[in-house]
Order: sequence, then C-alpha cells, then structure tokens
Amino acid sequence: MTDHHGRAEAGPAQRAAALEALIVEKGLASTDAIDAVVENFERDVGPHHGARMVARAWVDPAYRERLLADATAAAAELGYGGMEGEHVVALENTSTVHNVVVCTLCSCYPWPILGIPPVWYKSEPYRARVVATPRAVLAEMGLDLEPGIEIRVWDSSANVRYLVVPMRPAGSEALDEPALAALVTRDAMIGTAVVNAP
Amino acid sequence: MLEPDAPFREPWEARVFACAVVAVERLGVPYDEFRDRLKRAIALDPERPYFESWMDALEQFTGAPSIGWCAVNTALCS
Repeated sequence: MTDHHGRAEAGPAQRAAALEALIVEKGLASTDAIDAVVENFERDVGPHHGARMVARAWVDPAYRERLLADATAAAAELGYGGMEGEHVVALENTSTVHNVVVCTLCSCYPWPILGIPPVWYKSEPYRARVVATPRAVLAEMGLDLEPGIEIRVWDSSANVRYLVVPMRPAGSEALDEPALAALVTRDAMIGTAVVNAP
Repeated sequence: MLEPDAPFREPWEARVFACAVVAVERLGVPYDEFRDRLKRAIALDPERPYFESWMDALEQFTGAPSIGWCAVNTALCS
C-alpha cells in the first residue's frame, strides 16, 4: 500500500507483526505459544462443542436440567472449559420466547463452547442495533419470527456469557445425538437463527 | 449490515488475538484486565474495525506501545 506521495504506508497487518515481535521480545509470549493458540481455535475449539451440549440436552432430560442450572458445569461434563468459559448461562428457547445474545460493550462470548465470535457479532451495527430493534435485525439476518413470539435480548458481560438452547426441530425425532448436533449452528446458539430439520 | 461470518477477516487478526490470550496467561492476570482496555478502546472509536481497537488495547496491556507501530511507519510517527 502506498500513499499519494508513493511512500510505503503500514497497514494493520504490519502493525500487528510489529506488535507481535515486541511482545515476543518482552517475553510476554513465545511464537510457539501464539501458534498453538491460533491452531487450537482454528482446529479444536468451536461451536461444535456447544452443538454437542444442545443435542445432549434434547435427548437427555437430566442433562438438560443440569445445563439450565449451571451451563459451565454442564460444559465441563463434556470436557469443555477454560478462558471465557466461566459463568455461562443457558437460555432455552420455547414456542413463545426467543432469546438472542449480544455484547454491547465489546465481544464477550463463551469461547470454550462457541469458539471465537464472528466478525458481525463484534461489529458496531449489530452491537448497537440488536438491543433497540431485535426483530428488525433478526429479520435482516434471515430470521422472521412470528409477531406473537417474545424476543429477549441478553447483554453479555465480564460476569456472564450466554448459550442459547434452540428448540429441537419438528421432524427430528428419529435422529440420534450426533446427528442432532450436526444440525445445531453457531448462529442458532447466539439466537440469530433457529435449527431446521434436515 | 452483515459483516463477514468468519471469526477473523485476516490472518493477522488471529495472531493479535492469540498474543492477548498468551500474554494474559503469562502475566497471570484476569482476562478482565485486558477486556477493560478493549472496552475503552472500542468506546473511543466505535466504528473502527474491531481488531484495530484490540491492538490498541494490547499495546497498552503489554506496555508494548507504538514503538512497534512507528518502527514500521516512520512517516506517521516522525
């Protein structure tokens, strides 16, 4: 990239590289440790963890009770936990209530069970608008909810992060837990989508 | 209004994300200490790309301020 004088202009990628080099030089991180975190979030941690919890709750009423009582503990049962996984609250959608999650101040999100939030979740338009006009924002994202369904918007914070437990889709009665988990999308667990039968 | 669906738009965003995670662990402080800086950085310029605010927060958090930025961008810092 060059400016109008033809001089090289550093973009955010160069700034990031310089910052990483400084942090490594200061001994606050090693390149190996940084690589490991990137790889961990690219390969291992992600919404498939949350999807497994949701599917388990659909087929196992006792697990559902435990999930709704303490989602952090219910995640730990399946081996999921760690930074940003503390104080997770599960919000169950019903035929009359639809839950949707935002973090208005930054980007709080339950990393161990949903991974890193998508760019739109961290964007100013979503953070600013979903609280004031949830029905319109959801419609823009492709989710048209019946007027009679109450929408509850939950603002994440340092103290609490949320997992939306979507409704099990009609027509999925014959599916087992892994097949159900494959239907559960990240957006359904944020509350900007619902789960559809295959 | 729809921004990209992926967690990161560019590889460098994943790198600076990971830098913060590792530095928080290495320093043995609560993640909230980083988060508070991130919130302030976002509040200062809400419409700026998220990971540019993240870099501001990370520079402050690690005490690795704009020296690095200036090193690659002398035109802006001189």
